[in-house]
Amino acid sequence: MSEEISTMETETPPETGELTTLLKQEFPDDVTDFHAHRDDETVVIERDALEAVCRFLRDDTRCSFEIMMDLTAVDRLEMNETPRFEMVYHFKSLTHARRLRLKVRLAEDDCKIASIHHLWKAVDWYERECFDMFGIVFEGHPDLRRILMYDEFEGHPLRKDYPIDKQQPLMELKEVEERHVYGRHA
Amino acid sequence: MTDMTVLQSRSEDASTGEDFSASVMSIEIGPAHPAMHGIVRFTTHLDGELIVGMDPEIGYLHRGFEKESENSKWIQVIPYTDRLNYVSPLLNNIGYSMAVEKLYGIQAPPRAEFTRVIMGEISRITDHLTCLGAVAMEIGAFTFFLWFIKAREYLWELVEEMTGARLTTNWTRFGGNHSDLPDGFLGDLADRLAKLKEVLTECDKLLTRNKIFIDRVKDVGAISKEDALSFGFTGPLLRACGIPYDVRRADSYSVYDELDFEIPVGSTGDCFDRFLVRMEEIRQSISIIEQAADKMPEGPFMTDERMMHFPDKKDVYGNIEGLIDHFKLVMEGHQPPAGEIYMPVEGGNGEIGFYLVSDGSGDPVRVRMRPPCFNFVAAMPAMTVGHYVADIVPIFGSVNMIGGELDR
Amino acid sequence: MEILLEIIMIPAVLAIIKIVVIVLLFALPLGTFLTLMERKWSAMIQDRVGPNRANIGNFTGHGIMHLAADGLKSIFKEDTMPKGADGFLYLIAPFFGLIAAVATFAIIPLAGPIGDFTFQVTDIEPGLLFIFAITSLSVYGAVLAGTSSNSKFALLGGTRASAQMISYEVFMGLALMGIFMVYGTTRVSGIVDGQNEYWFGSLIPMWGVFTQPLGFVLFFTALVAETKRAPFDAPEGESEIVAGYFLEYSGMRWSAFMLAEYVALVGVASLITTLFFGGYHIPWLHLWESAPQWLVTILQIIKFSVFTLFFCWFQIQLRWTVPKFRFDQTMALGWKKLLPLSLINLFVTAFVILAFA
Repeated sequence: MSEEISTMETETPPETGELTTLLKQEFPDDVTDFHAHRDDETVVIERDALEAVCRFLRDDTRCSFEIMMDLTAVDRLEMNETPRFEMVYHFKSLTHARRLRLKVRLAEDDCKIASIHHLWKAVDWYERECFDMFGIVFEGHPDLRRILMYDEFEGHPLRKDYPIDKQQPLMELKEVEERHVYGRHA
Repeated sequence: MTDMTVLQSRSEDASTGEDFSASVMSIEIGPAHPAMHGIVRFTTHLDGELIVGMDPEIGYLHRGFEKESENSKWIQVIPYTDRLNYVSPLLNNIGYSMAVEKLYGIQAPPRAEFTRVIMGEISRITDHLTCLGAVAMEIGAFTFFLWFIKAREYLWELVEEMTGARLTTNWTRFGGNHSDLPDGFLGDLADRLAKLKEVLTECDKLLTRNKIFIDRVKDVGAISKEDALSFGFTGPLLRACGIPYDVRRADSYSVYDELDFEIPVGSTGDCFDRFLVRMEEIRQSISIIEQAADKMPEGPFMTDERMMHFPDKKDVYGNIEGLIDHFKLVMEGHQPPAGEIYMPVEGGNGEIGFYLVSDGSGDPVRVRMRPPCFNFVAAMPAMTVGHYVADIVPIFGSVNMIGGELDR
Repeated sequence: MEILLEIIMIPAVLAIIKIVVIVLLFALPLGTFLTLMERKWSAMIQDRVGPNRANIGNFTGHGIMHLAADGLKSIFKEDTMPKGADGFLYLIAPFFGLIAAVATFAIIPLAGPIGDFTFQVTDIEPGLLFIFAITSLSVYGAVLAGTSSNSKFALLGGTRASAQMISYEVFMGLALMGIFMVYGTTRVSGIVDGQNEYWFGSLIPMWGVFTQPLGFVLFFTALVAETKRAPFDAPEGESEIVAGYFLEYSGMRWSAFMLAEYVALVGVASLITTLFFGGYHIPWLHLWESAPQWLVTILQIIKFSVFTLFFCWFQIQLRWTVPKFRFDQTMALGWKKLLPLSLINLFVTAFVILAFA
């Protein structure tokens, strides 16, 4: 899809941006796709390389992406694309004034991915929201529970096969138990 | 530092048998609480008055913005964006419209851009006025809050003059705006800004150097630069830590590169720095508005591109292209070309990022709004543990959590 | 007729009549009136109008009818008690504050004595000490309310109230020791008479505020903290612990807390006037030799009322101008700054008295 967009718009072979070149150099087997539609550099990588790539992006001085801007997913069921889910990570580097979008494709029956919460502290809640909305399980996350929905909610709302007018079953009154308490973030 | 331990009474709660003699008390600073504006719940563990643990719970105002957007046309999402950050609705409108324009690859005409800058900055000022007023009110300076609300009223009158509503503005469109500047708007604008500056000076004298206020907010809720970056802070909270990151300068959009303004930066990242940064940003926004009003060009307020807005009636009834365009827009809606973009915009709280995915048909595949205060509330435990219960109030106030933006 | 006068002259009956007049006709109505005036004066500071809607048949009286409306509303509200609250203590807690606030008026003179008839309910020898004792009683109200409510927020408020009030009582006493030393007596009428002396011939009256300026500031601060008014209202902590120790009260019991706070406000103003601003004595009136007695009494009552009203106004506008202290800052202020100051005040006063008197 990304190649089609680029040829449609520019009619010249896609120029690979600096970051894309760098990533292709460092992780030659893992970069499966890339584009720079409307100047947003985007790179698609293999699922198993996620942790290594993210660590590289954060620590290497040629990239230094200090801020993890956004972490979300796209359900491509209605576009008839497989694999179904696409994890989207947005990064921002203040030192180099650059942005990058990282994508990882996940199949429907295997929507598990490594958690990168130990690299940026913001990721904790973003991954909880992704789990809540899409049902993607983040392996290694310390406290993967729903964040926007209540605990007894059934289903994952942002999936395309969750009908927008679905009714949830009524809940009974319950006692609130003690939950995990966050102390100082180390 | 006083070490207030809970009364070591051996009394038991008759109904639940809970033993009050435990030294760590769990208290719900619950959703229905005067200081929890926007609705959020903090389960706090207290040792006397000292906070030793905290667990925020959000989602009380989740209305399914993203799901609804997927079931609407692109243009129907604009009223939903009003209700995201509901104290600065125009900034959300502008952000979303600019994101869709980026998808299309078009630009709004200069007059529309300058008007958007003016309205956006007015919205930013109302956001900061509400935040600072709420912080002051909860610390006890009720008068400060009411004077800021009075100042905010002047701005709401301007917004109402332009868009027809105070909060549900629904004003920008793809390729331009819904309407042009009304007659006499720029004169009213100058008037109101003068009154606003008066109120700002008065309030500044009242509170900024007041010893009691400074004692409440200085060194409270400080966060280091590394932690702030790791938590994904943007906006006034990151600038208060000392990092001059402003989307209007870093990834300049609209006509901000033609306008001259400074970025106020703090040093320690505590509540007092955030307060001062926001006060200074109000003044900078006033200066931006004045410059934009001076530089306002003549011209159309909506782009000429086909299929971005309804054609004039004379074209609809006059020639076939107008008729077809009108028909297609009504029946199929906007159909931006397939692709995905991320458009960052500087909101009142920080970087509002719209991530839009389009597949070429008129139905959005994904509309994602990156909420700036999501990161702030995620960092609340890190900012409050080690402080007193009474410090939750200024810290949470300075975070400026807006329920509509956090929970969407 | 004579029998009636005879009965009235029995000291006990006279005292009761004076209580009725001073408390029921001066203190309580003024306190109630201040609940409305607080809202009106705060509205004036904040550029708005304040309550002005409650009416009976279109008579609003600029908001006076709100007093009736609030009273009726409180009476008709449900009298709740939280599950698990300690019954007896929960029920009696509101009244400690009210009793303490009203009892302060026992030793406050409204005007000068006419012959044997004093305008004071009673003029006991340890008048000043009586004040300390009574204000200490009001601590019980807050503490009992906080701990017996079976609610964590109320508990926090009650704990804060007990710590704050006890700490501020310490240097309240020390600040008044200066007054005792200057005027040489703890009898209130003696202190008021002492303020009728003049310096430099008949130029400056020896009011407490001139003889003990630091003592005045300390005493006033201590009293504002005792009545838990802003900026010392951490026990009431509106923003963080919602309403603090009276969180679980509603209806008339909550009104009792509110009334206690406002009557205490009037009590504070009266105390300050009596001890530091000459009480009922009008300075330089003695120069007008031929003033008739009834006129003098009336002028004295007016002077006392005006000064009391001024200090009520001052405390109210103080609340709306100044932000609130955090609780540990209140305690630090009391123990680390104001207590040493009161001790210094004591030593300096002693030194001055020994050196110049």
